Amino acid sequence: MMTDKEWTPKIVAFCCNWCSYGGADTAGMGRFQQPASTRVIRVMCSGRIDPLHVFNAFLEGADAVLVTGCHIGDCHYVNGNEKTEVRYQFLEEMLQQLGLEPDRLHLNWISASEGERFANFIKDVTAKVKELGPSPLKPAGVK
Amino acid sequence: MSKLVGAVAVAGGGVAGIQSAIDLANSGLKVYLIENSTSIGGKMAQLDKTFPTLDCSMCTLSPKLAEVARHPNIELLTYSEITGIEGEAGDFTVKVKKKATFVDPNKCTACGLCVPKCPVKVPDEYNEGGNNRKAIYLAFPQAVPRVYTIDAEKCLYLTKGKCGNCAKACENDAINYDDKGEEIEINVGSVILSTGFEPFDATQLEQYRMDHPDVVTSMQFERQLSSSGPFEGHITLSDGTHPKRIAWIQCIGSRSPEIGRRNCSSVCCMYATKEAMVAMEHDSELETTIFNIDVRAFGKGFEEFYQKAKNEKSVRFINSRPSGVEVDPNTNKLSLKYEGEDGNGTCREEFDMVVLSIGLTPSKSSKQLVDIANVEMDDLGFVKTKIDCPVETTRPGIFVSGAMQAPKDIPDTVADASGAASKASSLLSSERGKLVTEKQYPTEKEITDEIRTGVVVCRCGINIGSIVDVPDVVNYAKDLSGVVFAKEEVYACSSDSLAGIADLVKEHDLNRVVVASCTPRTHEPLFRETLMEAGLNPYMFELANIREHCSWVHQNEKDKATKKAKDIVRMSVSRANLLQPLYKEKVEFNNSGLVIGGGIAGMNATIDIADKGFHVTLVEKSAELGGLLNAYTKLQDGRSTSEVLEPIIGRVRSHDNITLMTDTELVGLEGSMGKFTAHLKKAGVDEEIQCGVAIIATGANELVPEGYFSYGKYPNIVTQSKLEHMIDEGTDAKDIVFIQCAGGRNNERPYCSRACCTVAMKNAIRLKEGDPDRNVYVLYRDIRTFGRWEDLYTQARELGVVFMRYTEDKEPEVGEKSIKMYDSLLNMDFDINYDLLALSAPLVAPETNEGLGSLFKVPLDSNKFFLEAHIKLRPVEFATEGVFLCGTAQAPKLVDEAVSQALAAASRACTILSSDFLETIGNVSVVDPELCIGCGRCTMVCPYKAPELKEVVVETEEITYTTKKCEINPTVCKGCGSCAAECPTGAITSRHYTAPQIMAVIKAYGEGL
Ligand code: FES
Repeated sequence: MMTDKEWTPKIVAFCCNWCSYGGADTAGMGRFQQPASTRVIRVMCSGRIDPLHVFNAFLEGADAVLVTGCHIGDCHYVNGNEKTEVRYQFLEEMLQQLGLEPDRLHLNWISASEGERFANFIKDVTAKVKELGPSPLKPAGVK
Repeated sequence: MSKLVGAVAVAGGGVAGIQSAIDLANSGLKVYLIENSTSIGGKMAQLDKTFPTLDCSMCTLSPKLAEVARHPNIELLTYSEITGIEGEAGDFTVKVKKKATFVDPNKCTACGLCVPKCPVKVPDEYNEGGNNRKAIYLAFPQAVPRVYTIDAEKCLYLTKGKCGNCAKACENDAINYDDKGEEIEINVGSVILSTGFEPFDATQLEQYRMDHPDVVTSMQFERQLSSSGPFEGHITLSDGTHPKRIAWIQCIGSRSPEIGRRNCSSVCCMYATKEAMVAMEHDSELETTIFNIDVRAFGKGFEEFYQKAKNEKSVRFINSRPSGVEVDPNTNKLSLKYEGEDGNGTCREEFDMVVLSIGLTPSKSSKQLVDIANVEMDDLGFVKTKIDCPVETTRPGIFVSGAMQAPKDIPDTVADASGAASKASSLLSSERGKLVTEKQYPTEKEITDEIRTGVVVCRCGINIGSIVDVPDVVNYAKDLSGVVFAKEEVYACSSDSLAGIADLVKEHDLNRVVVASCTPRTHEPLFRETLMEAGLNPYMFELANIREHCSWVHQNEKDKATKKAKDIVRMSVSRANLLQPLYKEKVEFNNSGLVIGGGIAGMNATIDIADKGFHVTLVEKSAELGGLLNAYTKLQDGRSTSEVLEPIIGRVRSHDNITLMTDTELVGLEGSMGKFTAHLKKAGVDEEIQCGVAIIATGANELVPEGYFSYGKYPNIVTQSKLEHMIDEGTDAKDIVFIQCAGGRNNERPYCSRACCTVAMKNAIRLKEGDPDRNVYVLYRDIRTFGRWEDLYTQARELGVVFMRYTEDKEPEVGEKSIKMYDSLLNMDFDINYDLLALSAPLVAPETNEGLGSLFKVPLDSNKFFLEAHIKLRPVEFATEGVFLCGTAQAPKLVDEAVSQALAAASRACTILSSDFLETIGNVSVVDPELCIGCGRCTMVCPYKAPELKEVVVETEEITYTTKKCEINPTVCKGCGSCAAECPTGAITSRHYTAPQIMAVIKAYGEGL
């Protein structure tokens, strides 16, 4: 297992355009500092996020994947996030069966005004995954 | 009116004029935007950051400057002034004098070759004299129009006949020393005055020692903070070192009747707080102190910002205004003498730098313009209006907006500007579309198989450039697959850079463009349009967000931020390489409006939409119109509320274009902009209406201050609104006490309710005028009678109202007959007997906001008021298209502000209603019938019923059979992509977010690990 103190987890955050991506923007506007661990992938609605995308992010070497969107009831497309929730449960089970620790996959609803919440979320997940070390699904040779 | 001309002259090219121009131009009227100086942008262009979000001022303004520059319906007349306005509403002749610029705008490319050759140095106005410009100059780097001007007073050739260097340097023959300028006449139907303010000239107050180089005005300090300023954002003393201690002195040129500047300037407390916070961001060791009379943090989010500055950032606020600045004759050091708090007596402190928070005064050119326009001024020197008609001057057809009407901040100015535009366009609604031309784009070039992507990396001044190693990112981008060209820009969104991007597309035959700068949520439309102008499909564009998501949140980790910026660029390029051109369809829509809430805001918005010829339904849940104002009896200008409400209610009831539904509630809403279906419930009966836009004007309520200051415990404790009725009916109370902020500015409700101080002054004055022998005490934390309402505070004091200051940690204790009060200014305890106590309770958001917010899918802020799309520049709209807000639904406010917002919301809504058709989005989903198995899962997830299963006959070589296949209706699809994620066979492509595109981004992500 990796003992290098400098190791930072590699995280992918899928964000919907209207809420969580906006939350990440607001974090920027409020200068809420956060570890540089995360790369955001924007989709219009969290309902667009296919379990396959998440799975592929792990296969590419992500140590954690965040599925984010609007709060339930706030989805810009009525209820896209409710479908996300259903797909997420399936994804969670599948990844657990593959031996992935639960802290590597998160579902979180963040509104466009919750900049601090976005930053804290990144901080928390980064800290937790740092404890866990690199993901078991990481391809060989990737840190 | 005999004749109506479908054009409007807007005087003043600051943020007010810009907003008016855009609104009018978008609703089909021709606009002449007339600006005195060489560039539009006004004072906002000089600001570094804006409060309370610390947004970069230029970044939010710049897209608007570019929009004006490129709008086909706007004719820009810069370096021009109005010399005459003849005629009447509907048909004015405006005389405009275009000053000589000595540079041919059609030849000047703003290459700047002339500048180093010019030998003359002139203090740079844009930087408030902090450095020099040349005699031939561009006002600031993002100036619009982008044409140089020769300063005729300073130019050696023009004054002495010598030099001529610039003409020699110019490769395009653009210099014309014989330019005489010209006088033109324009014919317009209406005029909007918005020439703004002038910062108070502090040199006239010698005691504040502007002669000392380290005493600066707040405007000069603003330039010091700016990365484009004289010291590139480093606060610098006259000896070249950086200050350790800075003091701000508030109310310089405001709240000073002794020099004829009675009014409060409304914005200085917040800008000083902002400047202190930003300065501390530059240097965390810096000590900042703000000397004030009251801290007027009255707007949305202001109080929270002030508390953050005070409690988290340790900005020191001292409640005393030094009467001057002292300079030690030996050391030349600055010191301030002030009255200490808690009775500490006189104190003296040394500071390295003193910033004078100068007020907003009517400008000289504004005064001239007021004379030319022949409209009345009030006794403070601002254009006279009534609080129920805040944008109407005394001359019909001429409107006013922004700081020319009263000192105000940017969002209030923007609301005013849209409001004034709305009034002008109502007047000219029959002339829409007659004098304008539609924007033409070049034919789109065909996208070949060869991927040719261009990358532009933006420094955003220092916002990105000081954290991310931009040249490194540019070099990195050059080697990415598909990239044929990469470069950096200081501000990618400035008009010259946009023009540059269009040139790059042609020069390098680009078929995809990636800009690495800020968030696509604000800047994508601008860049997409640039692509269209360059003959590229707008969807061939991708923004890489390296500001909000990178440089701003990794300020202390430059290497990691640079690495992340490269990752983001790589991921964006991989996506851009797979982008495909998409096309929109034109669809019919419903051009009627829906307004929810029949208070003063809702009624004004309703009438204004109806006046433009559109049908509008006004829904009010109670039986009465009038809303919150019904709880009060008098307005702050002394008129009775009924005098103001009755005519408006009359108009709503009698207007042909208005359907009024009282006792009605909105219970359901479907659809989107252009085709909403609203379900209304009236006395148990359901009704359904169709509309294209909706305005939320549901107002706020006065808090019942249960549990505060013994309210409910003793009988003689009432709220201010109850007190108004008691005054009307006649009260014999002799000792009357007011307690301000009762239930507000606390943990539960951290905001300031803005209106209560003014309401309290109005009532205190009425009580004293009714019986001068009464004792009236006002127990307050800060008196926030901002702007012109400062006069009421002065009047109340003159009438003998007693003001005593309390602090939040030592609140007055209310007994049955007396109040124990610790006065923090005098450091003394008092017992005040009372027979009537009036609590100034804050306005609170109605509980129904949550339900309404989720029906419309629009957000609330942390205080449960509705949250607008952008706190500065989009104060009356939501991010959700076609839905607007106004009045106290957005935040507590006074009547004039609510009306101004209502007109603004109507204006914004009518820019949509007045179009001929709506466009579908390009990124709709499509089904590949070959792959579709007709399972119907997409029909179950789609909330819009866009996919539909249809019977189709499939003919193959062997057999012919009937089956079901799905089809998606592009006019209904909103492009969320849920169906694509659900489809088990991959038959559905969610355009612009296709599976291959997303997978490419994920793969590109992996490549950087
Ligand atoms: S738009 Fe955010 S979850 Fe659907």
